Amino acid sequence: MSNDLHDAARAGPSQRGAEAGVAIGTAVFALVIIGGSIKAGIGWGDEGPKAGFFPFYVGIAILIASAVNFFHGLAGPRGERFADWGQLRQVLSIVVPTAVYVAVMPWIGIYVSSALLIAFFMKRLGDYGWPLIGSIAVGMPLGTFMVFERWFLVPLPKGPVEYWLGF
Amino acid sequence: MEELTNLFHGFAVALQPFNIGVMLLGIVLGVLIGVLPGLGGANGVAILLPLTFSMSPTSAIIMLSCIYWGALFGGAITSILFNIPGEPWSVATTFDGHPMAQQGKAGEALTAAFTSSFVGALFAVIMITLVAPLVAAFALKFGPAEQFSVYFLAFCSFVGMSKEPPFKTIAAMFIGFALAAVGLDQVTGQLRLTFGSETLLTGFDFLIAVIGLFGIGEILLSIEEGLQFKGGKAGINAKVVWQTWKELPRYWMTSLRSCVIGCWMGISPAGATPASFMSYGIAKRISKRGFNFGKGEIEGVVAPETAAHAAGTAALLPMLSLGVPGSPTAAVLLGGLLIWGLQPGPLLFIEQKEFVWGLIASMYLGNIFGLLVVLTCVPLFAAILRIPFSIIAPVILVICAIGAYTVHNSTFDVVMMLVFGVLGYILKKCDYPLAPMVLAIVLGDKAEENFRQSLLASQGSLGIFWSNGLVGSIMALGLFALFWPLIQDGLARFRAARTVS
Repeated sequence: MSNDLHDAARAGPSQRGAEAGVAIGTAVFALVIIGGSIKAGIGWGDEGPKAGFFPFYVGIAILIASAVNFFHGLAGPRGERFADWGQLRQVLSIVVPTAVYVAVMPWIGIYVSSALLIAFFMKRLGDYGWPLIGSIAVGMPLGTFMVFERWFLVPLPKGPVEYWLGF
Repeated sequence: MEELTNLFHGFAVALQPFNIGVMLLGIVLGVLIGVLPGLGGANGVAILLPLTFSMSPTSAIIMLSCIYWGALFGGAITSILFNIPGEPWSVATTFDGHPMAQQGKAGEALTAAFTSSFVGALFAVIMITLVAPLVAAFALKFGPAEQFSVYFLAFCSFVGMSKEPPFKTIAAMFIGFALAAVGLDQVTGQLRLTFGSETLLTGFDFLIAVIGLFGIGEILLSIEEGLQFKGGKAGINAKVVWQTWKELPRYWMTSLRSCVIGCWMGISPAGATPASFMSYGIAKRISKRGFNFGKGEIEGVVAPETAAHAAGTAALLPMLSLGVPGSPTAAVLLGGLLIWGLQPGPLLFIEQKEFVWGLIASMYLGNIFGLLVVLTCVPLFAAILRIPFSIIAPVILVICAIGAYTVHNSTFDVVMMLVFGVLGYILKKCDYPLAPMVLAIVLGDKAEENFRQSLLASQGSLGIFWSNGLVGSIMALGLFALFWPLIQDGLARFRAARTVS
């Protein structure tokens, strides 16, 4: 029973499947590039090769390489894991909050969203006390503000909080 | 001795107080970048590039190249103390460096690593000083066909020399070319591959790709491996340094060999990582104490560190003289040149003397400063590594996001950064090399332009790439590099057949 549980934790998508999947992905990308190139013209124009000439052959090359990689991937060793589910969950626990962070950045600005991201990670992954979380989550964006907006005069996206503070 | 005069002018430029300041800042930032997971030479430079837009190009390149030297130094710290290579080229340093630290000889290992790095870099800089002007003068005669053949050689060497499967290298590289092609066509001014999207008009910026692929991708890989730092104490003092220095000259042969390997691998775009492995392997085979390699042999630290630093430095030679970067970080620096309005390539040596020689002089000074900084501040940098990952990771994510935003002041770029990051994670897990992809994004437009101009001159005949001895031999060299694994295989089989009969 405990053995089953252990196996379940170790389970995950196979390396072969992942390799094949990536090869299919690159092939689709190649088809998009080829399609776009044909639309731009792959022939010979007044000024020599048309705009789509070069990317067209680039697309063909990706397509050929994808095919080789696809069959190579399928012929790979059986039973090898791409990663186990636990690891993938770890990875997603970074990707999902970062995606939210990136998505809200245009609305609330980079400073507030960064503070929230840091606080979230510290609470979730490290379970620190609020005083420490607060000091780093506020301190880091504040330092960034000084370096970028004050010293190097590079403006970063701001949201309602910054406008309310008068920046 | 015109070069020598130029070099002295360069020192005058590099020794201006402001430039010394940015040099030190660059070194410290570079070591930090080298020590922290998820921030490497390439994306560290990419993130800090926008901060240099307001500086003069010379100060800017001094700062950025010093970040690069610092990162090369910093990679050794994590490898030796924590058995975690901060950079791929310091993987080979862990083999003997970490056992030494476990035996309580961390100080010796670190001193040996830093000193070897310095020696390797110095060798490569001297080589650059002597050879780069000659290569540049030679390359001035290059037409589009020759220029394309140099790119061809660079990309073929990638396929032939990387340890990843060749078709994966090809796929990664051509995806880079395709991404570079998106947007405005440089030759005809026509839009292509934008699929009606306005955000794609300007194409994909390689800086975003670098920050995503190397920065975010690396963090995802680290979190998956369940990162934890458990390291030895970093005790380093003047006595240990002095004793190690007395011991090091014994390994002059290993050093010299590693310098040559490093320079060779750095100029051809194989880069620092294979150079360090190759140098380690050869040292292990030749050394009298080779049996003890992997158990804490100081020679096993000297060999890979010398080669890695020599290769990292030598990678700037083709970037400066031909406009073909030898490593991803050199590619980012090359992108920086374009942004500052400088045309990389042989003309730099004529039109931007102050810039080129200031940079070369700063390589000498930067590496001396670097050695001093790392020798004195190791405990400080090691302490940074003890900060838990749950604090470091979000801070690095935020730094990457800021870096991506400041490239074009666009939040869409931050989204693209995350997309590249997830792609980088998946591709890395499936053994696709990322360096050729980045190089292709940077060089794609130039390579295409030269290719099309050549074809235009020849009315569409590929024969132009074999039309004279020079272009023909570079192309032949490229094909040789491309099929090198097959040639090697054939030779091995031939030899095996002979010994059997």
